[in-house]
Formats: sequence, structure tokens, C-alpha cells
Amino acid sequence: MAAIEMRNIVKEYGDGFKAVNDVSLDIADGEFMILVGPSGCGKSTLLRMIVGLEDITSGDMVIGGNRVNEKAPRDRNLSMVFQNYALYPHLTVFENIAFPLRLQKGLAEEDIRRRVQDAADMLELNEHLERKPANLSGGQRQRVAMGRAIVREVNAFLFDEPLSNLDAKLRGQMRTEISRMQRRLGTTTVYVTHDQTEAMTLGDRVAVLRRGFLQQVASPRELYEQPVNMFVAGFIGSPPMNFLPAVVAGDRLKLPFLEIDVPAAAAGRVTDGQLLLAGLRPDHFEDAGLLDDVKRQRGALFRARVDVTEWLGDAQYAYIPFEAGDEVTKQLAELAAELDSEALRTQLVVKIDAMSRLRENQEAQFWADTRRMHLFDPRTGENITRDESAAAELAQLEQEKLQERMA
Amino acid sequence: MKTSRRTQVFWIVGAILIIAYAIIPVLWIVSLSFKEGDDITNNSFLPTVWSWENYKTVFASDLFTTALRNSVGMALIATTISVILATLAAYAISRLNFPGKRLVLGVALAITVFPVIAIATPLFNLWRTLGLYDTWLGLIIPYLSYSLPLAVYVLAAFFREIPWEMEQAAQVDGATAWQAFRRVIVPLAAPGVFTAAILTFFAVWNDFVFGITLTSSEAARPVPAALAFFQGASQFSQPTAPISAAAVVVTIPVVILVLLFQRKIVAGLTNGAVKG
Repeated sequence: MAAIEMRNIVKEYGDGFKAVNDVSLDIADGEFMILVGPSGCGKSTLLRMIVGLEDITSGDMVIGGNRVNEKAPRDRNLSMVFQNYALYPHLTVFENIAFPLRLQKGLAEEDIRRRVQDAADMLELNEHLERKPANLSGGQRQRVAMGRAIVREVNAFLFDEPLSNLDAKLRGQMRTEISRMQRRLGTTTVYVTHDQTEAMTLGDRVAVLRRGFLQQVASPRELYEQPVNMFVAGFIGSPPMNFLPAVVAGDRLKLPFLEIDVPAAAAGRVTDGQLLLAGLRPDHFEDAGLLDDVKRQRGALFRARVDVTEWLGDAQYAYIPFEAGDEVTKQLAELAAELDSEALRTQLVVKIDAMSRLRENQEAQFWADTRRMHLFDPRTGENITRDESAAAELAQLEQEKLQERMA
Repeated sequence: MKTSRRTQVFWIVGAILIIAYAIIPVLWIVSLSFKEGDDITNNSFLPTVWSWENYKTVFASDLFTTALRNSVGMALIATTISVILATLAAYAISRLNFPGKRLVLGVALAITVFPVIAIATPLFNLWRTLGLYDTWLGLIIPYLSYSLPLAVYVLAAFFREIPWEMEQAAQVDGATAWQAFRRVIVPLAAPGVFTAAILTFFAVWNDFVFGITLTSSEAARPVPAALAFFQGASQFSQPTAPISAAAVVVTIPVVILVLLFQRKIVAGLTNGAVKG
């Protein structure tokens, strides 16, 4: 086990394209770190630089206190689970898992057998040990790939989108399995994914990348509640955060459907008449008819016409279209394209109680929890209402959790 | 899609026609080889009396047995060298990016279509000067130069099919580049290696042009060339039947090889390596 430190890591290709740009990241011993971002953000490249399959153009990669930039993958003592598993098709499951051990000199056959058995026990692969990978199901292959990774005592585990080839149900099970395994072994883990749920549930901390630049490294909770910019805010959360045009008018803020006071956090940082983007998550809304008075007092009420509703049993989504200026529409389309999605129309996605009897094409009264709203500068994307002290508190909480686990 | 009865019949008839076209000359040679004495003029497809006489004649003749030894020896040596070199070369071509890579493959392809006869005479003169004329080495070298590009081509296509992740996984697991190649890539490329080996073996085994121009005695003459020097039981009879018998004998190893390795040649070993 070891900590991984990255200092100003750059990956530049022959044509001058920088896939990874000046990334500095400290991963503590035993920590579960997630690398996340839309496709082409450099997350896989960064992972492959840690393991040594990709050359590092500049910067330092330090694993367990040793600079490993020039070391071959086999000298870094890491193990990796590939997206397509990369099992050896000519070897049995047993030999696949034993492969890394057989490459180590001086291990007794008995020792190898015992360690493979231990790994197989943990992953419930015992009855498949003599089979070839071709005769296994997708989930079993995935477990063999994990078995091959955990059979050695390594400095860190690296996962490159290991669950993306599985169907949804199996993915959920394996996610829990990976989490349990990592907690049990306590090995430093770096996990690349583009899946929201995996990023939020697995990681102690999540590093969000965008076009090779590191945007924010924080606990899932901090990313969700205190994002540093519009990109992180829009990337984390599903359905994504709603962005509404907000115009400053004196000490009031005008949004579509509602008008509120300029939040205290933004006071003094905005000028009269300035156009901002307000970020409100779908779950910051509610059907006003279903609220108790106490809660109602804390937010703002507004009336709007619902276009479409989606009832999911445990929740309900309502879509409320709104008009935005050309500038805002263009900005939102750009952001959506960057997040691998498409902004077809400007609309508010609202998550309301499943009990609500809201009807399509009818006007209804909604409540928005404006205290949790964030304001973004549309030019820089920067979050001007980020609460640093709240963020620090969340970071502290995450630190304590990790220390408690490692103790 | 449902195939109608008519298309089915069409395919069956077509297949029978093509198989018949290919197999009748072969069967004819087999039949000839069993005809005794003047029986070859019996105006019928099958021999009147089935006889092993021609086979006895063939194996009794030194000309044939030494030629057979030459053929087997040279084919095995050329195939072994060719496959080993081609495996290494093809691996480099499929995995490394170096200037002139396309040129190498292009030249390899060009060599396989280069007319053999065009270099037969120059080689004859060159080999006489160098003392390689009428030796095994003198034949193995040109065999290699023709079979190697073919083998490289076949193997390069095979290596390209093997996912990069295989070696990367092996390297992360602690293997050196050589270990990854030997323990992971070579076993996976086995069907390709067999295919290349068999193609090379056939090419060398069937060679006639080099065999006839670069040899003058039994020292290195391979079977196809030796057949041309074949004489019957007596000097005055046409040796058609014994030549047929010899032809059948040299065809047998080829048939056995194909039957043995048929399943190995069928690719698909990589199934299950990655998500299927």
C-alpha cells in the first residue's frame, strides 16, 4: 500500500494536443479516489500514466515516496482492471489469477495455490477455477479480472471503467462488491468512470476533469453541494442542475418565474444589471401544495405551467419550459455539449413528491429552496456563492471518515 | 432469412460441380497409380486389377527416396526458420510504429507476386560461383526469401487481431516485454503461426522451378523436380503410372497436415479474452 502523488502532470501528444494538463493530485494511502469527467477529458490517460502504460511528458509521479516516471509498469507494483478485462483466453481462471504470481521469482507452488484460493474465495470463483474465460458470463469475467488484481500485494489498485460492460443490475451488485473489497483490503484505489452513481457512491474523494484540466477534487457531498464552477455543478447530479438566467436589479435577483433577494454570499460581488446563471438542482423544488408551513417559509413560491411529467414511483419529475435570451441559450448549449448531452430546449426539471397529482399542461404552484441556490458568472463559469467554510467542513468530515477506516 | 428450396438446390448442385471439378484429376492420378503394366491404356477410369506394383517401383528407386528425404528436410528447415523469423517480424510490424513500416509490408507483398522464374537464372550463376549450387542451403535460401514475406503478412494480420490490452495487462502483472510476448501473445497467435507454417511448408514442398534449376544431382533435388527424371520399370516404357504413384506419395503428407491442423487453423481462440 502506498500514497500516490502527482505533481504538475502533463501529457502532450506529438501533434501538440495536451490530453492531461498540469494535474496535481494527492491520493492518500488507502484512499478510494475516483477520476470522472465526460469522454475525452483525460481521465483514462491519467490512469494509464499512473500505471506506466503511457509516458509522462512532464511532471512527477510519486508512488509510495518514489518517483516512478521512468519505471516500467512491472516495476511499479500496481495492478489494474481493464475495461474489457483483458483476461488471457488460453489460460484457465486459476492460471489467469495465478499469472502475476508465476512471474514473481521464487514463489512456491503451494504458496501460489493458497493465494489464488484466497482471492477466489473472496470473489466466489471457486467453482469456475478450471474453466476458460470464454465459458464465463460477463460478471464472472469481471470477477476474474479483479481476482488477478488482488492476488498480489500491490501499492494500489487501478480500475479503468470496470463495470461499463455489464448490464445495469449486475453493475449495481459489482459496485457494492468493489466497495466492500476495497474497504476490506484497505488498498489505495484509483477508479476511472463516467458513471454518476459509481463516482458518488464509491469514492472517498472524486476528481473532476475537463479537457485535461483538473476542476475540483472533493468528497462527493462537497461536489454536489459546493461545486467550484458551472462545469462541476452541471456534471455532478442526475438529472443535472438547472441553470436559469438571473438578472441583478438593485438588491433583487430576477429569474424566470420568480424574483428573490440577492443571496448574502453574492452581495458585493455582483453589479446592478449583471446577467448571472442561477443553479438549482431538481430536488431543490417541490409541489407547493404538499409542503408544511415551516418549510414553505424557507423558500420562494412561484406559478408555472408544466409541460410533461414523469412518474417513477418513488419520485416524479416535472418539466417546465422557459424562455431565455440568445446569449444564455447558446451558453447552456455549449455546456451541454461539453457534458456529453444535448440541450434541446431551455427547461426546468423539477423533482416533486410522487404523491403530487400534478397534471400536464396545467399551471401549478411550486416551491424552490432558494437558500441552496448557487450563482455562476456566465463568462468564467465560476461559482460566486460557494461557501468555503461549509466546503472545508465537508472536507474535514471526509478526512475523519478515511482515518477512522484506516485505523 | 428463409432460404427457399430452389436456392438450396442451386447451392447443392453448384457445390457438387465444383468439388467434382477439383477432385476428378486427383482421383484419376490415384487410379493411374494402381494400374499395372499396360493397364494404363485400358480405356477405363478404374484399373482392371488393383496393384501395388508402381508403389514398389517408386520406393525401390534411389532417385525417389533420396528426393523425398531432401524435400522433407528442406521443407522442415525452411518452415521452421521462416515461421520463427516471421513471428518476430510480424509482431514488430503490428505493435511498433517506425518509419517505413508500410514500405516493409508493401515490399513483402510485392515479393510474393514476383515471378520466381525471373531470378532462377541469375541465382543459378551466383550459386555456382559461391559454391551453393546443388546444396540444401542453396535451395533453402530462395525458399526463405519467398515464404518469409507471405508468413509475415499472414502473421501481421493475426497479431493485429490480438487486443493491445493483453500485453498491457501482462506488463502490469509484472511481465517483461519478452515474457508478455512468449507467455501471452505467442499462445494467442498459435492459430496464425500454424497457418503460416502450413502455407510455408506447402510453398516449399510444391516448389519445382528452384528445384530443377539449382540442382544437378541427388544431393539436393526435391521430389517435384525428381519426378521429371523418373524412369519406369524399364527404360523403354513410359513411366506414367510410377510418376502417378510418386505424386500420390508426395500428396499424402500435405493431406495429413491439413487434416491434423484444420482445427488449429480455424481462428477463434481469442474468444472470451475481452467482452464477447
